Amino acid sequence: MEEENLLEEEDTQKDKYLTFTLGSEVYGLDIRVVQEIIGILPITGVPEVPEYVRGIINLRGKIIPVVDMRLRFRQAFRPYTDRTCVIVIEAEAMQVGLIVDGVAEVLTIPEANVVPQPKLSASQNRYIRGVGKLGEEEGVVLLLDWEKLFSQEDEELLGRMQADETQEEGADGK
Amino acid sequence: MAEHDQMVEVFIYETRQFFEQLEQLALAGEEAGEFAGSDVNEIFRVMHTLKGSTAMMMLDEVSQLAHAVEDIFFYIRELHPEKVDVPGITDLVLSALDFMRVEIDVLDEGGKPSGVSTELREETHAFLREMKIANGHDPDVDLRKAKKPAAGAQAAAPAPKPVPQQYYIAPVRTQEAAAGPHVYEARLRFEPGCDMVEVRAYTVVSNLQGQATEAHWVPEKLLEDPEAAAVLEAEGLRLAITTDKEQEEVKKLLDSVGYLQELELKELESTDKCSFWPKEPGAPELVPDATPIVPQVEKSPGEPQLPQTRAAKQEAAALAKGRPSEPHESQVISVRVDKLDRLMDLVGELVIAESMVAQNPDLAGQELPNFQKAARQLQKLSSELQDSVMSLRMVPLDATFKKMNRIVRDMTKKLGKKARLVLQGEETEVDKTINDHIGDPLMHIVRNAVDHGIEMPEARLEAGKPESGTVTLSAANVGGEVVLQVKDDGGGLNRDKILARARDKHLFTKPEAELTDAEIYQFIFAPGFSTKEQVTEFSGRGVGMDVVVSNIKALGGSVTVDSRMGHGSTTTIRIPLTLAIIEGMNIEVGESRFTIPISSIRRSFRPGETEVFRDEEGKELLLEDGQCCPVVRLHEVYRIEGAEEDLTQGILVLLDTGQGETLAVHADRLTGVQEIVVKPVPLYLSKLMETTGISGCTLLGDGSISLILDAQQLGRRLLKAS
Repeated sequence: MEEENLLEEEDTQKDKYLTFTLGSEVYGLDIRVVQEIIGILPITGVPEVPEYVRGIINLRGKIIPVVDMRLRFRQAFRPYTDRTCVIVIEAEAMQVGLIVDGVAEVLTIPEANVVPQPKLSASQNRYIRGVGKLGEEEGVVLLLDWEKLFSQEDEELLGRMQADETQEEGADGK
Repeated sequence: MAEHDQMVEVFIYETRQFFEQLEQLALAGEEAGEFAGSDVNEIFRVMHTLKGSTAMMMLDEVSQLAHAVEDIFFYIRELHPEKVDVPGITDLVLSALDFMRVEIDVLDEGGKPSGVSTELREETHAFLREMKIANGHDPDVDLRKAKKPAAGAQAAAPAPKPVPQQYYIAPVRTQEAAAGPHVYEARLRFEPGCDMVEVRAYTVVSNLQGQATEAHWVPEKLLEDPEAAAVLEAEGLRLAITTDKEQEEVKKLLDSVGYLQELELKELESTDKCSFWPKEPGAPELVPDATPIVPQVEKSPGEPQLPQTRAAKQEAAALAKGRPSEPHESQVISVRVDKLDRLMDLVGELVIAESMVAQNPDLAGQELPNFQKAARQLQKLSSELQDSVMSLRMVPLDATFKKMNRIVRDMTKKLGKKARLVLQGEETEVDKTINDHIGDPLMHIVRNAVDHGIEMPEARLEAGKPESGTVTLSAANVGGEVVLQVKDDGGGLNRDKILARARDKHLFTKPEAELTDAEIYQFIFAPGFSTKEQVTEFSGRGVGMDVVVSNIKALGGSVTVDSRMGHGSTTTIRIPLTLAIIEGMNIEVGESRFTIPISSIRRSFRPGETEVFRDEEGKELLLEDGQCCPVVRLHEVYRIEGAEEDLTQGILVLLDTGQGETLAVHADRLTGVQEIVVKPVPLYLSKLMETTGISGCTLLGDGSISLILDAQQLGRRLLKAS
């Protein structure tokens, strides 16, 4: 019910995507979950989380975890620069900052132009909802499925944590 | 919880309060073996209100059920039957409440309540019928209808003999003193066809409060009496008041209500001239039979009227107590918790901002006496502000405690045991978050106490104990903590059984012979631990105690259990008074900053070369108070680079894990003590953080983030790793 209301109320935001870049690829993020875009802030590291969770930042008194999207999609780490952005998104009562190489623009991609992602086993595809076609010249935008990004990530993280722990135990046991 | 209309939210809130009130009343009645007159009235009144409010919310099933239960109490109130099956009624009320609770929960979650109460209703009707027969009353006479003047006069022999009860305002002073210079009599007629005349009439009457010295009106029971509306339509509202106000003012006051068709207002010489003015305030007034507008007149002299009179007096007394105290109610406002939380967050930020200013690095090394003075003043004010904001969130534990009555009752009934619950210190105040989260753990412990602790009555008698067991639930403020205890005088924990079970589950952390009793008892908090052979409805599945522990840990508290075989056991919960602000010691390890709650630090020192030694596995240990405590190098645990490796160069902080163990945490340096606002680890990370030894984070004076180290979690983590 709430979801419906949300959709109705924010109809003006329908089909609108904030695009950001990771290397040469362009990704799109549903504008409705985007809260704000900030420059990179000092990050406090948090122990024992996957490498792509860089830590937490202090956003005007709010403590928000930040995820490096390059590392998240198994790309090489690139040092942060002035152009590096953090997209703060809020979804499912969680706030997370996504560290991306740069934010491009807001695009309207009608649902008709979205091609579902073929079901491949490649890991990152699970977080791509579909491919948005732009004009002939402009190429495509990979549309992120933020719901999966949140929900599955947890499971995956937990799974990996346990694996880490057993490794550790093995190492400690000597 | 789903978002609601404000009206629905208020409805849910109020209805839940009614449920709790009803439950307490019903249980009190059962405990006493009878329902006191005032309680009957109270239950009747609350059921009546529930009936109305739920009907308004279109919860017809709930409304009809409330109506059925209300009928029972109506019968008791009006006829004072001799045979009252108190436990039976309590059962009915409680099961009705359970049904209603479910419905309200569904509503609260944004669903559409769809339960059907037909069965319960029929049960209730049948029960009332039985009760009427048992008391020699005709079960088919509808009491409410019998109250009509005509029908009432012809009703069967044991017909109701209700006594009119006078409602009046401000009866505190004596009549002479109270009577103002003016006495007015008024008759108000409402427009025909306007809905809810009784409510409108009630509005008129309640408007008079504070304006009139004393007031009486006919019909008296505007809202309670189902006939009131008919009388109001036929006769209008007759009203007599004494006041020091002029006629014009009174007229204006009375005129202000809507749908008024006619208002007659005349001044009388004295109250004696008014036909329905009571001769003596407080006593039931016998209105002359001839007055047709008083529906309940049905006086037969010689009838024993004592119980009714008493009931009437009680009601009058309750009213007398209730009315003048009403101005006090306006001293209390209810505020949404999220607003309070927002305020608390802001104050927390303010305190941090204040220390950012006062300890600003730009000021370092400067002589600024005036600035320092002003900063100290600011600091004092802001910490006072913080204290008073914190106190806003404090609520007494009694509502949570009283819920346990029901649990003990239901369990003893089902298990065939006898036990009573004694509450102590329920007025103790705790943070609302604690109050909200302590209910479930307490319920588990109380259940366990009754189920595992208290023996069957025969066994108790054999052991030379009183047949009925006692479970004591107490709360007290001790230092900065709230200490909650659940004590039972049952059989106590079986040490050998726990040992055997712990052996099966491989829970031992050291040789069996070295385990102390306290450590053995602590095993019952391990997940999946249960020595109970039989799984009952209430406990024995082995889930529960570990949930208790994790719930209480989440509140920053600890649980311990102590027991004496044959004499019962005591479970003690300790929780810090406030969750949000603690005093912490900041430490640095490499580039990372951690904060340790002062409460868990025993001492800190720089060790000499020889103080730290290694055991046969190469683990570093330290001798403290004759106890070996492991040295924890945080940079190794958390893989922090650039930290001090040399123990003699850094500093060791000895932490008490609260489990009888001490950890020596090695840090590069201490950077000072600070009041910190605890912020939860972001939800996204919190699942991962469970085993890391970090319980939260906080903002330091310079705006950077520090992680809060939890000694207990850290201890468990090390235990797991080794």
